[in-house]
Amino acid sequence: MHIPDLTLPTTLANILGKLPSTPPCWALVTTLNQLKKREILQVDMSLLSGHSFEVHILDADMRLHFVADDDHFSVGNNTTVPDLHLAANLADFARMMLREEDPDTLFFNRKLVIEGDTELGLIVKNLLDSVDWSATPLQRFMAV
Amino acid sequence: MPATRPLPELVCPAGSLPALKAAVDNGADTVYLGLKNDTNARNFAGLNFDDRTARDGIHYAHQHGRKVLLAINTYAQGGDISRWHRAIDEGAALGVDAIILADIGLMKYARDRYPDLRLHMSVQSSATNYEAINLAQDMFDIRRAVLPRVLTLDQVKQVIDHTNVEIEVFGFGSLCVMVEGRCLLSSYATGESPNSHGVCSPAKFVRWEHGQQALGARLNGILIDEYQQGEAAGYPTLCKGRFEVEGDTYYALEEPTSLNVMSMLPQIIDIGVAAIKVEGRQRSPAYVAQVTRTLREALDAAGRDKQRFAVKPAWTQALSKLAEGQQQTLGAYNRPWK
Repeated sequence: MHIPDLTLPTTLANILGKLPSTPPCWALVTTLNQLKKREILQVDMSLLSGHSFEVHILDADMRLHFVADDDHFSVGNNTTVPDLHLAANLADFARMMLREEDPDTLFFNRKLVIEGDTELGLIVKNLLDSVDWSATPLQRFMAV
Repeated sequence: MPATRPLPELVCPAGSLPALKAAVDNGADTVYLGLKNDTNARNFAGLNFDDRTARDGIHYAHQHGRKVLLAINTYAQGGDISRWHRAIDEGAALGVDAIILADIGLMKYARDRYPDLRLHMSVQSSATNYEAINLAQDMFDIRRAVLPRVLTLDQVKQVIDHTNVEIEVFGFGSLCVMVEGRCLLSSYATGESPNSHGVCSPAKFVRWEHGQQALGARLNGILIDEYQQGEAAGYPTLCKGRFEVEGDTYYALEEPTSLNVMSMLPQIIDIGVAAIKVEGRQRSPAYVAQVTRTLREALDAAGRDKQRFAVKPAWTQALSKLAEGQQQTLGAYNRPWK
């Protein structure tokens, strides 16, 4: 699989940006909790607990807020300033998740924006890098 | 000129189990890794190996006929050096193929405790001449030395010609300010340095500021660089910052660039380099896969026919995308002056 270099059209972004972000955010935290439960995401929650996160998909103008406690991820409140803010276009987030592209490369090329607690950002990045997808059906979508 | 030099080993970095597998799957001969603490110079939150992942990784590499090196390349800090001793004990118990050490006190510990354990001298030992390397061989029976990125190719040859210790050189990755093993720059801003705490810019001191015009990088409050719109960024290390010197603002110490020796592979093979190292344990599996695949292809091509070896544009393109600061250089290897 190779992600095309695509930016979502502004008209689509205008529509997506107006939709409530709760359903995609709920899907995100449910996925995270499932991966954690199945021990695919081997996360030390004590490193993330009490922190809030924002994933901003720039070309969809969509902001996903979630928080972590000692056990779970849950949908967050988008009125507070997150501890960690990550922003990129949808295609670049997809490339990062599927290991087509290195987050540092995207950052050097100014395609990935990291704001807030840099150490928390590093923890999240290294957590995603350490997931061994070979134990899951998702392996066939991964570039590496 | 010897006609049939063996190809140098391709030594690739791994900060996680998937990165190790990516290195092995894409043609690394050897993978190097560190433990989850300050005994190695990439002591980043969430990076590196615990006992279980190290065991799995070593098993995977050995299953594929590849080697694993454990980097214990910081200097044991006074007061409590038990962590460093434990790391050596753990490496020996895990069955790694060699341990990479910088601190001669640790070399002695490893040699005394584990006479059969193969020792490599880290780049952080800062040994740039054959006398230093041969001394470490006499005293601690080191089998390989990693040369700092400060020598020209002629100087590397000079070292190789006067030692029977294997010589490893850097082939690709972010460049250090070139006083490896002696750098105290980051202590100036944060009180922590690579040799003492295993990291140049501890993440807890780093802040990225997104302004209207520019992206600012601060290390413990000190503004070390500002990147304009579209300008490639680098790691937030002091050595690669832009500073105001007598009214002029520029890279006063070093520009963020990546080393790339691809064009010199035939000469590197000819002078008898034993191994080529790729920097970047902090990078993701995607980087490890792309760099390993590209260098494997290039190295095999140079091995097949050195005379007709030419760097393919696709290789340059693949590596330039990954480079810090998006610039590549031959570094010190290609200095015409002596």
